[in-house]
Amino acid sequence: MKKLHVSTTVNGQPCEYLCEPGQVLSDILRNELDLTGTKEGCTTGDCGACSVMLDGALVCSCLVLAAEAEGKDIETVEGVARDGKLHPVQQKLLEHAGLQCGVCTPGIVVAAKALLEKNPDPSEEETRYWLAGNLCRCTGYDKIIRAVMDAGATMRGE
Amino acid sequence: MTSDMKVKTKFRHVGTSPIRPDGLDKVTGRAKYGADLNLQGQVYGHIVRSPHAHARIKSIDFSEALKLPGVLATMSAEDLPEPGEALIPGAEIEMKLKNVSPVIMARDKVLYHSQAVAAIAATTPRIAAEAAKLVKVEYEVLPHVLDMHAAMAEDAPLLHEDNFTVGVDPAPEKPSNIAQHIVMPKGDVEAGFAEADLIIERTVHVPMCHQAYIEPHACVAKSDENGKIDLWCTTQGPFMVRLLTAEITGIPQKDIKVTASEIGGGFGGKTTVYIEPVAVVLAKKAGRPVKIVMSREEVFRASGPVSDAETRVKIGAKKDGTLTAIKSEMLMDTGAYSASAMFAGVLFGTAPYKCDNILSVGSEILTNKPRVWAYRAPGAPQALTAVECVINELAWELGIDPVDFRLQNAVEKDDIPLYGMPFQAVGLKECLQAVKDHPNYQAKLGENQGRGVACAFWINAGMQSSASIHVTPDGGLSVMTGSPDIGGSRASMALMAAEVLGVPFETVRPAVVDTESIGYCDGTGGSRTTLATGGAVIQAAEKLVEELRKRAAASWQVEIEDVVWMDGKAVERCGVGIDELIEGSSPVKDGAKVLTLAELAAAAGHTGGPLTAVASLHAHNAAPAFAVNVCDVEVDPETGKVDVLRFTCAQDAGKAIHPAYVEGQMQGGAVQGIGWALNEEYLFDDQGVLDNAGFLDYRIPVASDLPMIDTIIIEVPNEMHPYGVRGVGEVPICPPMPAVVCAVNQAAGTRLYDLPMSPPKLLAAIDGEA
Amino acid sequence: MQPLQFAAPTSLAEAAQILGSSDNPKVLAGGTDLLVQMKLGLREPALVVDIKQIPELMQLSLDDSGLHLGAAVPGAVVTGNADIAKLFPGFVEALGLIGSTQVQGRCSPGGNLCNSSPAADSVPAMIANAAVCRIVGGSGERSVPVEEFNTGPGRNCLANDEILVSLDFPRPAPRTSDAYLRFIPRTEMDIAVAGAAVSLTLDDSGTCTAARVAIGAVAPTALLVPEAAAALVGTQLDDDALAAAAAAASAAASPISDKRGTAEYRKKVVGVLVRRAAAIAKARAAAQ
Repeated sequence: MKKLHVSTTVNGQPCEYLCEPGQVLSDILRNELDLTGTKEGCTTGDCGACSVMLDGALVCSCLVLAAEAEGKDIETVEGVARDGKLHPVQQKLLEHAGLQCGVCTPGIVVAAKALLEKNPDPSEEETRYWLAGNLCRCTGYDKIIRAVMDAGATMRGE
Repeated sequence: MTSDMKVKTKFRHVGTSPIRPDGLDKVTGRAKYGADLNLQGQVYGHIVRSPHAHARIKSIDFSEALKLPGVLATMSAEDLPEPGEALIPGAEIEMKLKNVSPVIMARDKVLYHSQAVAAIAATTPRIAAEAAKLVKVEYEVLPHVLDMHAAMAEDAPLLHEDNFTVGVDPAPEKPSNIAQHIVMPKGDVEAGFAEADLIIERTVHVPMCHQAYIEPHACVAKSDENGKIDLWCTTQGPFMVRLLTAEITGIPQKDIKVTASEIGGGFGGKTTVYIEPVAVVLAKKAGRPVKIVMSREEVFRASGPVSDAETRVKIGAKKDGTLTAIKSEMLMDTGAYSASAMFAGVLFGTAPYKCDNILSVGSEILTNKPRVWAYRAPGAPQALTAVECVINELAWELGIDPVDFRLQNAVEKDDIPLYGMPFQAVGLKECLQAVKDHPNYQAKLGENQGRGVACAFWINAGMQSSASIHVTPDGGLSVMTGSPDIGGSRASMALMAAEVLGVPFETVRPAVVDTESIGYCDGTGGSRTTLATGGAVIQAAEKLVEELRKRAAASWQVEIEDVVWMDGKAVERCGVGIDELIEGSSPVKDGAKVLTLAELAAAAGHTGGPLTAVASLHAHNAAPAFAVNVCDVEVDPETGKVDVLRFTCAQDAGKAIHPAYVEGQMQGGAVQGIGWALNEEYLFDDQGVLDNAGFLDYRIPVASDLPMIDTIIIEVPNEMHPYGVRGVGEVPICPPMPAVVCAVNQAAGTRLYDLPMSPPKLLAAIDGEA
Repeated sequence: MQPLQFAAPTSLAEAAQILGSSDNPKVLAGGTDLLVQMKLGLREPALVVDIKQIPELMQLSLDDSGLHLGAAVPGAVVTGNADIAKLFPGFVEALGLIGSTQVQGRCSPGGNLCNSSPAADSVPAMIANAAVCRIVGGSGERSVPVEEFNTGPGRNCLANDEILVSLDFPRPAPRTSDAYLRFIPRTEMDIAVAGAAVSLTLDDSGTCTAARVAIGAVAPTALLVPEAAAALVGTQLDDDALAAAAAAASAAASPISDKRGTAEYRKKVVGVLVRRAAAIAKARAAAQ
């Protein structure tokens, strides 16, 4: 089968790859580009572990064909910390013990960052609903929600 | 360890909640989980699974599959040694190879839908999947049985022709689907019921569920020209993987190295193997590394879900609230092979209560469903749920506050539970008092709202662990164990090492290493890691302190007794009594000699060589954990929808090494229990095919379903542990189910004990149709 | 093994031509249904046609005639538009209920309709708002009311070479508003067990002068229920009127029992949802 050639930007850098027509973006990120921070918990869009930003929209990369990403801008968890500094969401997840096994954490980081960029001061309810597509089986969500809201406060300079 | 040991109560590091050492890698995506490794030359395994719930395998034909370009190897049970009756030697729990091997690859018969029957290795995952479809398996379909009661019927389809119920005297002459039976009596229940003023009897059904860890099983196996196996996988126990892979494949343990990846949740579900032996066999046959990653659908259909159970509980009480008798009869589903935790259910279901007359019996039933496996406090939630639901009804009927009712009957030191070992100090009453004093217990309930209370118990495990510590030339500490870090255990290992050595937490680098780099460790499970592996870390650190004192004494030419270790330094005692030396208070006499860890490490080459210490142990100092939950709910009487309003957990941790991660265990367990109570269940169609094999319809709680989960850590020290540690990981899943059920029944005015309390079922109960 | 092909045409004509050339094509909009179905082996198309490079499919305009919504516009774009939320709050709420935040970043109202699931959340809300489908194919253009688009579970009126281009919502009359409610066991991430959308118009006295009631997940397709609307029109939307509408909706429902709920449960609950949605729509219309 002939592969398709795709040109994208990944975490700010130009990036080209070859993919099969049926391959999904999470597969390419993980197994071609070695960006294994994007996790696959279900590959059916139900768990959110593969969350990435695609042209500024929060999506499940398991529900995007790699071929669709032509010309698009992709941001993964590997691009969240910049210049050797953690994003406040990452820092607060650590401080609040907002991770146990950590496999949902990359998806939570990407999704929570997207929330705070759209809504700098979310309520607990808004935070919970925004993150409803990011399943966590370890924490019961309590410390994750506290961490994300605290990250918001930090970003607001509080 | 002896019970007269002095439990340390003052700490510098233990009891704080620093950022976990592996945290950076986990928030940045660098941490490597099971599916994150790709090896040079790697190919991909795919498993062929049974379309039938019960069938005889007549033949397997790989010829068409082998014609597909890119297919490199095939496998079936023919490639594995025939398992006999023997127990697996050295396994953490008693199991027969013949009950384990067929879960990896079915032999002769398939006993549940999606059981593995063959496997393919090919150059891409897509080719492997296509080839799997071309494998022709000829089946003789047999009648199947899914329901426990139907399985016990005289004319039920028989899963195993050689299954004669264990635990029945005289031994049965006919085979059946009842694997085991157990009777645990204490006192005289009939006499106890005769004394009772009130007797309540209920049957409580808890559904089959799944651990639902977010990371599917994944592994990469490599076999070299000498037959040495290198296996990378996500597991709670790399040594367990080594053992089971060896037993199942016939490859000696000494030829297998297992490296545990970071693990994306397990909850007991990753204390066995599913794909690892298959990857090993395929790698040997293909001559290439083989990667297998289970799909989410495969995880639900063909890993080890959790027993459904039906428990009939009858409890008698006097008007004043004294319990007079408890009778519990449990049926526990084990799926296709005997592996359930029925014994734990029978033994532990009544453990929170003082009662002289108890009869607890259990039967383990075989059905054509996936072989069950462990989930957090295996067996206990099902049993405790049934008991707690009846306890609540008794309290309501007697007009006694449900916390007071439990306080009156709660076990304490020296009480003897059904399993026979008298309790040392336990914190059940402290937990009950704490929830009673919590503001949540005073919150007013509105219309359609209800409150449930529940107690729980878990025994906690000890078992075997090893730890080793190396000192870097500049005084850093590597602490190595073989216990995968599933929820922050590296942090607790580092805290305990830092505590003993008197160094900053950041000085310690904890690592989880492969099976060739550390002595044997049982798996991360049974709430044992902080206690047992932590115990090995404490012992290794103490040995290292001894060695450091020795080195300092030698360089000062004094006796080792004249050197004390404090604040990370060797200090010459100079006649000061040990009691006057208080850490951190600078007791060093003028002119006394001091050597820091870094100075001792730098000089190590001249004082006897590298500084290392190793400790291995078999921990027999585990102590049980108790927990109490209070749950407030609101029920929509028109739809049967339940909202959890408030949730309070109190738990006796003994000593919380890293309190934030102890709270995390409590919160996580609470939410798993809430999910099991309200919506999680395995739904099979009449052909035995799982109808909800995905996160869309296997409904684990999402963030918006929940309130904050309030926690209260109680610390009644384990008298047998140097720091007072009990286990904390498992008991949190035990009380939430009954707490939710009782809250819902109070809110809705129902007596629904058929879980989960999903909206259609609850609405039918509300409308009087149940 | 037939290798899958992928195409991303940039015009409607090109898309119609490509679709017409394959005997097993599937249109890809947000992909949140199609890619799952492909993953689970429920659909095995030979050709996937990504329509998001076609300008008409991605357009969104709101003018005096109403809302014109390109069929592949992601739900998150619609839910993020305050002007649309003001005119069609129920429709926007329905879009906000589909899947997760991540899913809404991709899924489109057009895709939600074309997937032809009886449980699609946005479809009853489109029907209640009298939305019309604009369809273009090899043989020209046609319009179909949303309630007539789907013909059964997984089936719709599109020919192989036809594409749903846009959904056109007439501008609501003054003092008109809508609401959509669905029932799921959790708060998010489930497929509707039952759903109900209501659009109401009030006169100055608070009497209901027009109504459309649509229900989902309780029949092979989402249904417009004129009997429920009739129970509301001419009333002050008092408890009796709402109860009559609820009863009419329950009577119109012909659900199945499956893993998400029993038929009996769905019939009951859909009535509850109609009653509650009507009360919300009434409050919204009255506030205008």
